[in-house]
Amino acid sequence: MSTPVLEGWFSDAGGQAHLIGSRCCKCGTYYFPKAGNFCRNPDCDGTEFEDAPLSRSGKLWSYTNASYQPPAPYIAAEPFIPFAIAAVELERERMVVLGQVISGVGVDALQVGMPMELVIETLSVEAGGEKTVWKWKPVAEQGS
Amino acid sequence: MSRDIAILGVGMHPWGKWGRNFVEYGVAAARAALADAGVKWRDIQFVSGAATIRNGYPGFVAGATFAQALGWQGAAINTSYAACASGSQALAAARAAILAGNAEVALVVGADTTPKGFLAPAKGERPDDPDWVRFRIGITNPTYFALYARRRMALYGDTLEDFAAVKVKNAEHGFSNPNARYRKKFSAADVAASAMVADPLRLMDICATSDGGAALIVCSLDYAKRMGKANAPRIAAISTVTPSFASEVLEMPDLATDSAVVAEPHRYRAALPARAYEDAGIGPEDINVAEVYDLSTALELDWYEDLQLCKRGEGALLLRSGATRLGGRVPVNPSGGLACFGEAVPAQALAQVCELAWQMRGEAGVRQVPGASAGITANQGLFGHGSSVIVKR
Ligand SMILES: [Zn+2]
Repeated sequence: MSTPVLEGWFSDAGGQAHLIGSRCCKCGTYYFPKAGNFCRNPDCDGTEFEDAPLSRSGKLWSYTNASYQPPAPYIAAEPFIPFAIAAVELERERMVVLGQVISGVGVDALQVGMPMELVIETLSVEAGGEKTVWKWKPVAEQGS
Repeated sequence: MSRDIAILGVGMHPWGKWGRNFVEYGVAAARAALADAGVKWRDIQFVSGAATIRNGYPGFVAGATFAQALGWQGAAINTSYAACASGSQALAAARAAILAGNAEVALVVGADTTPKGFLAPAKGERPDDPDWVRFRIGITNPTYFALYARRRMALYGDTLEDFAAVKVKNAEHGFSNPNARYRKKFSAADVAASAMVADPLRLMDICATSDGGAALIVCSLDYAKRMGKANAPRIAAISTVTPSFASEVLEMPDLATDSAVVAEPHRYRAALPARAYEDAGIGPEDINVAEVYDLSTALELDWYEDLQLCKRGEGALLLRSGATRLGGRVPVNPSGGLACFGEAVPAQALAQVCELAWQMRGEAGVRQVPGASAGITANQGLFGHGSSVIVKR
């Protein structure tokens, strides 16, 4: 039985993995994670928000990796397996969202500007069961 | 009317991993600054402390803690906390008191004792705290520095050799600085041989955390004149502006930038010195020395551009030209920077001003920038805090 590491932050309802952000009903600004009861646009005093599934794909803004095991509350496998990290630019939302890259894909396979898509994958196997999280995955090239 | 104040004295407790109480470092720095200024502790009318959040209640009320340690004498007290900009905000409070005529001479002091190992968030399950969330999914501080570094490589063609050259330069600068923690020269090969932390950054590209203390005695221009120090260096501007929505650079500890669908995107780092130049009425062409927050080697190159020492994207070119080395057109981090100090959060912004004061007085020894007449500091930290201070002769 797997559960999301952060409840309500992402979903793969209908087999389509996506982040759950929110959008200000007054000015249209997107937020991830979801905004509270106030809009942070200085020209907007909006207090109502609708859930907004964010774009599932975008362009790689930059990337790196974690060569060392991050400290708690990160829960690492034994032995620790390094993972890549991606910052992806979403065109419609005009924002950049950070996340791990799917396991098995290292920095050598990444290039700034390449298309990336969102997937849900295991983050860790913990006392309470398996935890899932959103991750970025290079979009497979056509015909390869 | 001039909005300048004078720096009458500066003092530091050497950076290191001493493991003693932060109050000791602050008192040592304060006494050194008082002696340098030729001002008696009893004459100080305003004490402004930069807070530390890692040392319990005495750290939260640092201004009072230092005043009590030096001996209560009835001065007015202020404490400021603003992450990496804590020292600058404490300095801004002293400047405001002086310019308002509430005090003529003030002590500004910051000190820190840092824990060993990784900086980790407070315990407990806290999904509403962005700092907890990012560690939960494996995003540490070096992640952000590495993303900026890789972005520079992709956009501007910066190389790993450029980043290593920043470390080599700063190590050379700090080699003989008695207040620096790391006084050792390194080669590009040493940097390349250090462990990879967050690709493309290696251990020697990233700064450590340190213990240390720094203090300033600042006063009105009248007071400086009465003390026979009319030529003391002056603070011409202190910028502590916030970011502007929509902030386009991914900032620690956030997992996403602002969305720029209805507001123009802004760069926070560039806004800090821009405001300082505006307030001081001088421009980047007038600057001949700078102290910047090199949390990573690559980040120092971002600062060159944010300080407008060169065009956007040309930071590595400026470095390669030798302009930012001692002996160059505009030496950056003559003190050795964070590469040689390691970060002691509430003391660091004040340490930057101490170095500029020594430079303006022509007392920086082998680190001296000949004819230094105007310098600028810059730093940026968590949650929209940053600062930039201009010091001139
Ligand atoms: Zn709004």
